[in-house]
Amino acid sequence: MSITTYELNHLDQLEAEAIHIFREVASEFERPCLMFSGGKDSILMLHLATKAFWPARLPFPVLHVDTGHNFPEVIEYRDQRIKELEARLVVASVQKSIDEGRVTEEKGPRASRNRLQTTTLLDSIEENKFDALFGGARRDEEKARAKERFYSFRDEFGQWDPKNQRPELWNLYNGRIRQGEHIRVFPISNWTELDVWQYIEQEEIEIPSVYFAHKREVFQRDGMLLADSDFVTRSEDEKLLTLKVRYRTVGDMSCTGAVESEAENLKQIIEEISSTRITERGATRADDRVSEAAMEDRKKEGYF
Amino acid sequence: MEFLRFATAGSVDDGKSTLIGRLLYDTKSIFQDQLESVEATSKQMGNEHTNLALLTDGLRAEREQGITIDVAYRYFATPKRKFIIADTPGHIQYTRNMVTGASTADLVLVLVDARHGVVEQSRRHAFLASLLRIPHLVVCVNKMDLIDYDEKAFNAVKEEFRNFAMKLEIPDLSFVPISALHGDNVVERSAKMPWYEGSSLLHHLEEVHIASDRNLIDARFPVQYVIRPQNEEHHDYRGYAGTITGGVFKPGDEVVVLPSGFTSKIASIDSYDGPISEAFGPMSVTMRLTSEIDISRGDMICRPNNQPTVSQDLQAMICWMSESTELTPRMKLALKHTTRSSRALVSEIQYRIDVNTLHRDEKPESLKLNEIGRVSLRSTQPLFFDDYRRNRNTGSFILMDEVTNATVAAGIIVGSG
Ligand SMILES: Nc1nc2c(ncn2[C@@H]2O[C@H](COP(=O)(O)OP(=O)(O)OP(=O)(O)O)[C@@H](O)[C@H]2O)c(=O)[nH]1
Ligand SMILES: [Mg+2]
Repeated sequence: MSITTYELNHLDQLEAEAIHIFREVASEFERPCLMFSGGKDSILMLHLATKAFWPARLPFPVLHVDTGHNFPEVIEYRDQRIKELEARLVVASVQKSIDEGRVTEEKGPRASRNRLQTTTLLDSIEENKFDALFGGARRDEEKARAKERFYSFRDEFGQWDPKNQRPELWNLYNGRIRQGEHIRVFPISNWTELDVWQYIEQEEIEIPSVYFAHKREVFQRDGMLLADSDFVTRSEDEKLLTLKVRYRTVGDMSCTGAVESEAENLKQIIEEISSTRITERGATRADDRVSEAAMEDRKKEGYF
Repeated sequence: MEFLRFATAGSVDDGKSTLIGRLLYDTKSIFQDQLESVEATSKQMGNEHTNLALLTDGLRAEREQGITIDVAYRYFATPKRKFIIADTPGHIQYTRNMVTGASTADLVLVLVDARHGVVEQSRRHAFLASLLRIPHLVVCVNKMDLIDYDEKAFNAVKEEFRNFAMKLEIPDLSFVPISALHGDNVVERSAKMPWYEGSSLLHHLEEVHIASDRNLIDARFPVQYVIRPQNEEHHDYRGYAGTITGGVFKPGDEVVVLPSGFTSKIASIDSYDGPISEAFGPMSVTMRLTSEIDISRGDMICRPNNQPTVSQDLQAMICWMSESTELTPRMKLALKHTTRSSRALVSEIQYRIDVNTLHRDEKPESLKLNEIGRVSLRSTQPLFFDDYRRNRNTGSFILMDEVTNATVAAGIIVGSG
């Protein structure tokens, strides 16, 4: 299609929408930050934010809520990117929250630090006086997230009230808050998993190696393939297998599952995603399996 | 690929969420795990069919009450187009959420229950869609299965809706008889309604022409953010970042900056990916001008021979959205228009519209929740606006409560003074 039709393709439209929101927040808030988990969506976010302010540096810091249960590849990637972008990194550590007695570690073989992150995050928001936090959540991920606004208001306890959200009209965003309250901002709300991968390919964005198919020692649990690591306790009948796998989402190692895959490059990943019959969270996240409304409940408490 | 954004509308229980579920299901856009979870929940709730509305009604409270409370956004694609769906609630209490979903839509589907015909909420939503100037409106006459797929009943609803719509401005209006529950005329044309000669709903959504709905004439660039890198490489760089909200801009164009009125030329239009030769909506770009003038967020860059109205006084249609307060004369509110924030004083409420009859009640004392009326406002600062009819971006604003910070109104500019 020639440029004279004045039409943007879908990826360019999504990009423009996200950049608009990054700039809007940078203009209207005093202390924004970008939440970064090392997953593909945060990597995409970092890329979009870079584009929004180029040739200037990011006008806000990057916040990593660190469960301590990371994929080493992801931490390496994080540090490398932060250096390249000359950005400021703030790490909020779940381990520190545990040491300080703010939260207690779950026990048992299925213990995860997923839920503990909320306290660490909210403490860090208070300590740093963040008033706007960019998150890479997408509406197509999960049914509670499908209900999110671009600007999602959080009260002084960090709570989301899905039954009483502010109207959000056109692209006019209401960023007015009182002290102690904040806004979670989701610039990639309208992206699907496929859009993310197509864009990563179009932009040639580098991503951590765990997203590509590789051989790994894994075991079956609740229909998921979990990686063997220091952060999980295997029971006797959870036998180790060496399989060719990749990750569709990257989070805490103790609750993020891998999928069997042969996709070794972006083109193959896009083919795989186009034909998959299972959602990314359905395939890979133990944290969503607790109950039907697990995500909604966590979000109400202040989760990402 | 091109996007079509559409929203559902219509009265409570007329089948909006079921229709979206059906559309997703029949286009094979539902993942196995989502379907399994919806099947399990349906069973648990004692439903006879798999309740496809659960695909969008995802909140606990929505499932408990069997209604939609807030907009759910869903995505799907066919080889022809990508779709962003906003499934909105029909309940009158949540009208503001319907407006939220519709405000960014290219097209609205108004559902009408074939048994009940056009009811107050169908009229309210159709009126809101026309007020928001959604260019395309498709009336889905639903639950045809419950009236034996009767052509006469369909025609009666069509007639009734047309009569009402005559008084509205709806540039493109069409009608499809459907059964959201069984999928008739949703993705495929139904053999049960051979008398219907139009296309299926999906076919309509794929084919409707939307490219010409944008304004490519009036060049408007509200300055959103000033980029000043202050590093060695880009020491003197000063770029004006923002989203094009109308027309086309090119390097070399002569421009005027409002409110100062200074003129200059576009030196370049920049992006991370390199210079841009033509910028148009909704691109997010950065402009540099040939002369050093003082420009900040909230200013507007446009062409000298095509400028928006500059005024502190505006005439607007207001949709009031607050449960706890009413809009009254002399009230002061925070206002946001393009990238400009100011305060507004309500000078006068001229009339309120009765959504059933479209009759105007002159000089009401106030506008209450979900009421729509025409209002005169005075802003503390001049605003740079166009008629909403001409440009949805520069003709819209929101009002916020200065104490609670809630968004309390959607505003549609119809004139100045
Ligand atoms: N027989 C029949 N029932 C239908 C049809 N479409 C929807 N229903 C039923 O109507 C009821 C309401 O459907 P919903 O899809 O939840 O209605 P809605 O318009 O989304 O309602 P709100 O979002 O709360 O305004 C459900 O019991 C559906 O099963 C149809 O085509 N035929
Ligand atoms: Mg519904």
